[in-house]
Formats: sequence, structure tokens, C-alpha cells
Amino acid sequence: MARIVGGVTTSHIPAIGNAMWDKKEQTPYWKRFFDGYEPVKAWLAEKDPDIAIVVYNDHGLNFFLDKVPTFALGCADHYHNADEGWGLNTLRSFEGDAEFSWHLAESLIGQEFDLTTCQEMLVDHGFVVPMALMWRHLPEWPVKGIPLAVNTVQHPLPSAKRCLALGHALRKAIESYPEDKKVVIFGTGGMSHQLQGERAGIIDVDYDMRCMESVIHRPDWLANQTTSEIIEKAGTEGVEIIMWLVMRGALQDKVNLVHKHYHVPISNTGAGVLVLEDPA
Amino acid sequence: MSWQKHDYDRIPGTYVFDGKTAHSAYGLNKLLFSFNHASNREAFEKDRAAYADKYGVTQAQKAALIADDFLGLLRLGANIYYLAKMAVPRGFSVQDAGAAFQDISTEEFKAKLQEKGAGLIERLEKEGGYWNG
Repeated sequence: MARIVGGVTTSHIPAIGNAMWDKKEQTPYWKRFFDGYEPVKAWLAEKDPDIAIVVYNDHGLNFFLDKVPTFALGCADHYHNADEGWGLNTLRSFEGDAEFSWHLAESLIGQEFDLTTCQEMLVDHGFVVPMALMWRHLPEWPVKGIPLAVNTVQHPLPSAKRCLALGHALRKAIESYPEDKKVVIFGTGGMSHQLQGERAGIIDVDYDMRCMESVIHRPDWLANQTTSEIIEKAGTEGVEIIMWLVMRGALQDKVNLVHKHYHVPISNTGAGVLVLEDPA
Repeated sequence: MSWQKHDYDRIPGTYVFDGKTAHSAYGLNKLLFSFNHASNREAFEKDRAAYADKYGVTQAQKAALIADDFLGLLRLGANIYYLAKMAVPRGFSVQDAGAAFQDISTEEFKAKLQEKGAGLIERLEKEGGYWNG
């Protein structure tokens, strides 16, 4: 039976990708941010997962506005990164696990999460930056990657509550897979940031901290907020935090906190990192 | 025709990209989406007006595209992630764009961001449980 080894939250902004590519990790601006990932990398090495489900949003690489799925699951053997027009370097491709993905699709749709299945899916910085943050030091990606895209670009978005519920269903889907697989889930994006408009540049450290505590101890606090309420505090792009709830919903009600890291600012954002495990 | 009202409409300085905007600015965003390909970025640079005409954008959108008017483009319906495909490869960072939106210099905008980190370590220590090296 497949089992969840834990969940991780991380920012996925392009500036992090560029910093890694330019090897700026130990420069004064970036050092504290990147050093806070070393315990995450050590935890991943110890848990040695086979599969990483990456919950992220596509920013206009794979999906254009002609078709915007609310939830979309990669169901392919391979996923490729590509030029997304942001000047980022294209990273090496990722191996998927089509049988596992299709099992997730069957289980999730069986649980009435009517998501879109994708047999070709380009993955953008939302997916590749977290993978690189965890495993760029290795010559090959040590896991199979499963992209789970959530629409946070074109409103109406799924509610925070719906994202948490998707996580609950995702747990059932994973645990009903017959093969022994170790699965880690990455909830990516956030924290508070707004790139656009006269309100660009907002960062709300208080709100970010409340979100961190909520995701650890009381996910309902965040899950009960409306999209408008989250945007007001966290910004139009900070609403990505709803994707943390997909990861959180896949864990048990009470979790063990393995690691908690926060840094501000990274580019225009507050950056929060959590490693959570189910109690033994 | 009646577009639904939303709570987020009242948040100042904020342009939420919803169905109304996505519908009215479809051509503009399709143009910006085309910048995923380097050849399209180059074609745009060679003749912006002709490139804009190919995508059937409005005259106001066309003028803003030619003038690098990011706030104007945003107000005319550009999605920020799609707008970045025009701005970033041409040397405008998200901080430059943020500064343009606020009509301040990029240095001033960056300084405002940096201020958010003031007293962070003390704050995290008070909160408790945070990693700090």
C-alpha cells in the first residue's frame, strides 16, 4: 500500500529559480532563505520518497485562458519544462508515474472531485522551482513527479475549503494504491505577495504567521476564509496559499511539526517553509 | 448582459483577474501568451504595431503595448503573469513593474520591500519554534 511520508510547503517564485541557477545561495540576500531548506533536504533524504505530488498553479505555460481547469492532474510518463517567457533556464525533464496518476484520477473522481486529466503537461516554475529547491544537488531527480495544478490565475478560483477537502480525498486515493510507494506532497506558492496594481509590494508578516500556525494546528481557520478575504490580506498572488491546504488535507488532523522556517522578503514575497508528518 | 459583483472589487489598487476581464482582454492576453516563444518576442520587437494588429487588440491596448505602459495594460485587462512574459525578458523585473505601478523608483520600491524584514529575527524568536540556523 502506498503511504504518505509527510508534507512540505514552499514558495515557488521565479526569483528563487534564478538565484539557484546563478549560484547565489550563499550571498547575503539569499543565505538565510536557502539555509532554511537544509533541514528539509535532510528530512527528504531520510524519508527517501518514491513519488512527489507537487500542488502548484500553472502561470500560462501549459494552460492558456482558452481552457482553465480548476484542478488538473498530470497522468503521463514524462513532464517537460519549457520557455515560459520569463527568462528562466529550462530544467531537465521529470519522470512521472502514469499508473499511479490514473489511480489517483479514478479515486478522486470516484470521490466526486471531477478534475481534468492531462497526458501532455508542460510544467512551469510553479512545479520546477520546488523540485530544484529540494534536489538540485543530485544528478537525477530521485522521485517521480506528479503535477497537480490548481487554478489560482483566473477567477473564480476553488475555495480554500475545497482545497482542504481535495487533500482529504487525496489521502484516500494515495492509501488505496496497492503498491508499496512512499509519497511526499508539496504544497507550493504564497505567502503574501501582490505583483500588480498600485497595491503591488504588500507583504503581511502577521497574516503569514497566522497562516503558518493555521496550516500546522488548525487548517479550518484558513480554510474558512473566502477568496476575497485572503486576497485582502495576502494579495492577489498570495492567494496561492490555498494550495498549502491540499497538502495539509492529506495529512491527519494532528500532525508533528518537523521544521518551520520563514523569511521576508524574497523578491516581493514572504517565504514560508513547513515540514509536517503524521504522528507515528 | 450583467457581470456579477464581488467583495474583492472594493480592495484598492487591486485588479482581480476574473471572467469579466478575461473575456474583455482575451486578445491581449493571447498576444502576451505568444511570448512563451522567443521567435514571437523577436517579431514583436521588430514591429509592435503590426504584431498587435495580428491579435485584434483594441487601440488603447495597442498604444499601451507600444509604450511599455504596464499599469495601463493591467487596467486594460492584462493578466499579471502574462504581462511578465513581455516585461521580464526585456529587462523589467517584477520590482520595476511594481515601482511603475506606484510611480516611484525601483530603488524606493525595493527599499519598501526590505523594510518588511525589519525585526524579523526578534519576531520569530518571540513567536517560537522557527528555524534560525
